[in-house]
Amino acid sequence: MKMNRRAFLKTTGAAAMASALPISLVRVAFGEKNPAKDFTFAYISDAHIQQIEGSKFVRNWDMGLIRAVQEANLLTPRPDFFFFGGDLAQLGKKEELDHGLEIISNLRGKVYYVMGEHDYYLDLGKYWESKISPLWYSFDHKGVHFVVLTSILTYDEWTYHKWATPMDRMLAMARLDNPEGSPFLVGEKQRDWLKKDLEKVNKSTPLVVCSHSPLQKIYKGWNFWTDDAESVQTLLKPFDKVTVIYGHVHQIQYNQVGSISFHAVMATAWPWPYPKSYVQQANRLPRLTVPMNRADPFFERDATGWQFINVRTGNVDMEYQLPSNENRSVAFSPKTGSPQDSKYQNVNRRVPPQNHY
Amino acid sequence: MLRVGVIAATFVACVAFAEPLGLPPVPIPADNPPTPEKVKLGDKLFNDKRFSATGEVSCATCHDKEKGFTDGLQVSEGINKLKGTRNAPTVVNAAYLKTQFWDGREPTLESQSTQPFLNPVEMALPSHDPIVKIVRTDPEYIDLFKRAFGKTGDKVTMKEVTQAIASFERTLLAGNSPFDRYFYGGEKTAMSPVAIRGFDVFINQGRCVSCHVIEQTQALFTDNRFHMIGSGAKQMPKNLDDLAAAVEEVKKKGTDIAVLSNEKTSSLGRYAVTRDLTDIGAFKTPTLRNVALTAPYLHDGSLKTLEEVIQFYNNGGREKETDPVPELLSGGIRPLNLSNEQQADLVEFLKALTSPEFAKK
Repeated sequence: MKMNRRAFLKTTGAAAMASALPISLVRVAFGEKNPAKDFTFAYISDAHIQQIEGSKFVRNWDMGLIRAVQEANLLTPRPDFFFFGGDLAQLGKKEELDHGLEIISNLRGKVYYVMGEHDYYLDLGKYWESKISPLWYSFDHKGVHFVVLTSILTYDEWTYHKWATPMDRMLAMARLDNPEGSPFLVGEKQRDWLKKDLEKVNKSTPLVVCSHSPLQKIYKGWNFWTDDAESVQTLLKPFDKVTVIYGHVHQIQYNQVGSISFHAVMATAWPWPYPKSYVQQANRLPRLTVPMNRADPFFERDATGWQFINVRTGNVDMEYQLPSNENRSVAFSPKTGSPQDSKYQNVNRRVPPQNHY
Repeated sequence: MLRVGVIAATFVACVAFAEPLGLPPVPIPADNPPTPEKVKLGDKLFNDKRFSATGEVSCATCHDKEKGFTDGLQVSEGINKLKGTRNAPTVVNAAYLKTQFWDGREPTLESQSTQPFLNPVEMALPSHDPIVKIVRTDPEYIDLFKRAFGKTGDKVTMKEVTQAIASFERTLLAGNSPFDRYFYGGEKTAMSPVAIRGFDVFINQGRCVSCHVIEQTQALFTDNRFHMIGSGAKQMPKNLDDLAAAVEEVKKKGTDIAVLSNEKTSSLGRYAVTRDLTDIGAFKTPTLRNVALTAPYLHDGSLKTLEEVIQFYNNGGREKETDPVPELLSGGIRPLNLSNEQQADLVEFLKALTSPEFAKK
């Protein structure tokens, strides 16, 4: 792709936006001579469906997922498939997973699932595996190799020998800043599988890896972290174009490590603050134990969202759909060799962090 | 736009009256400072039925002073009783709005007033030419335009016509209600104890104030934003093809004509203007001033009484509790669990928002 992102948006994107289509997916030939490989997909994550009791569920989280599903159904041209990026449930309960699946069943198209820690730590993925999806798998689509990992495993000692009940374990993993917590792991068994899986793939094949936690180390206290991230990265690095897409952090993040681009996706449930902006000098704010308050306390979808993605260059262009906020676009820039925000990358246009607490 | 302070000075100097209690200074565009002459001319234009295809409809037909500058109908009727799709919003305090029409498709009072003349279900003129012809040749208008703009003949255009109408509309202000006297004027007995209880519901459990804004020194009762509150949910396009067809219609006919001729297209709300997914089915928060006089309610006039409106919000944007929750409902709209008494109190509070000059005698 010779055009830079801005020029691209100005020409193709702007023209597409003005078209008759309700919402425009930017779709450009993957290789100029191979239009069949041009495709898009949509990514919904972190719904945190939460049962109150019986058939009563937290309405706010329900509405977030319902809205994302409804909006994604209005995408045109149609995305080739959908991803759900993990944390469908809040406490891993069968009722929560079933309720979430019922909402997702309205999505018009195939859905691939990624396992989140909120889905896992009650029954260690048994119900998920039986009803929803394998824990790790791969598939090929129009010249791109997709890998799904369960990156939220942890050390056996913590998982199997520390807790009186499965719900104790689940609740411990659901907490931020928990001194009794444990860092996420992909683990040796899965890394071995990944190594074998990738052996079959040509190094020039674009690779998209979907995990729930970031396969990079950002902030340990909130498990914005995978303990064996470097070992996984080592397996991915030989490929020319690698993209890791992760949920868990409920915020926009992007990064480049070697040939690997990292993109986080939004939650449909609630936003988290950036760890750096939250953890500043000592302050007297109460410890963060509940989902953060909205910037706009009235509008409960504020700072949540979902995304659609195109893979036109073999790298990922992430289009964040943010209800009542300005949509954001983070796309791989061939010029700098890393993902860039189409608007806020420019230093002069950045919104400065708040440091006044 | 000039800065507010300057605007107020300009306005007071030119038209020489102050805003009623509870209202901020009226924002005035730099290129259209109001004068008594413009206001007088605008009043006449506003009431002139000749600016319609049948000679029977004026702006005042749907924005009737006796009805709080609305028409009391579910949806407005234009020439030959043709029906649109939307409930006539009041013109009162429209001067403060950041956008005009239920979907905000026009930014100013000046640009707003050009559209109803041409809409086939409103005044249905083939073009603005008949209006221009009348105002250039009618002796009374010749005199009024000369006084207001210092212009005659070919120099008088739709620009002057719309500027005069907008200037008139900027004088249609409503404040000084029992609520204003109670809250801003310090008159503790201006509202009844029931209305005072209703005020508490309004700003607390009812969460009304989140959109119908009340500030420290003024209350416009709108946030100038667009929300999908559940109204029109039944008409909304149910799938992509329907939505694409509705958008196609908007593109083909223009927003004004498309949304007033088709309920389904009308239900797109703000989305017809922005094509932003958040805006599907979202309509502008209307003012609540004189709301007791402006039934029926919501963008489609689907609710007949204030009691029904409160019931609707209490059900989280649904007429009946058993109705499905609209998928794209604004995150702010959720069931309120108000008791019957709280709902009745709220109605009393809303009745305290009627300004004395509009109150039925």
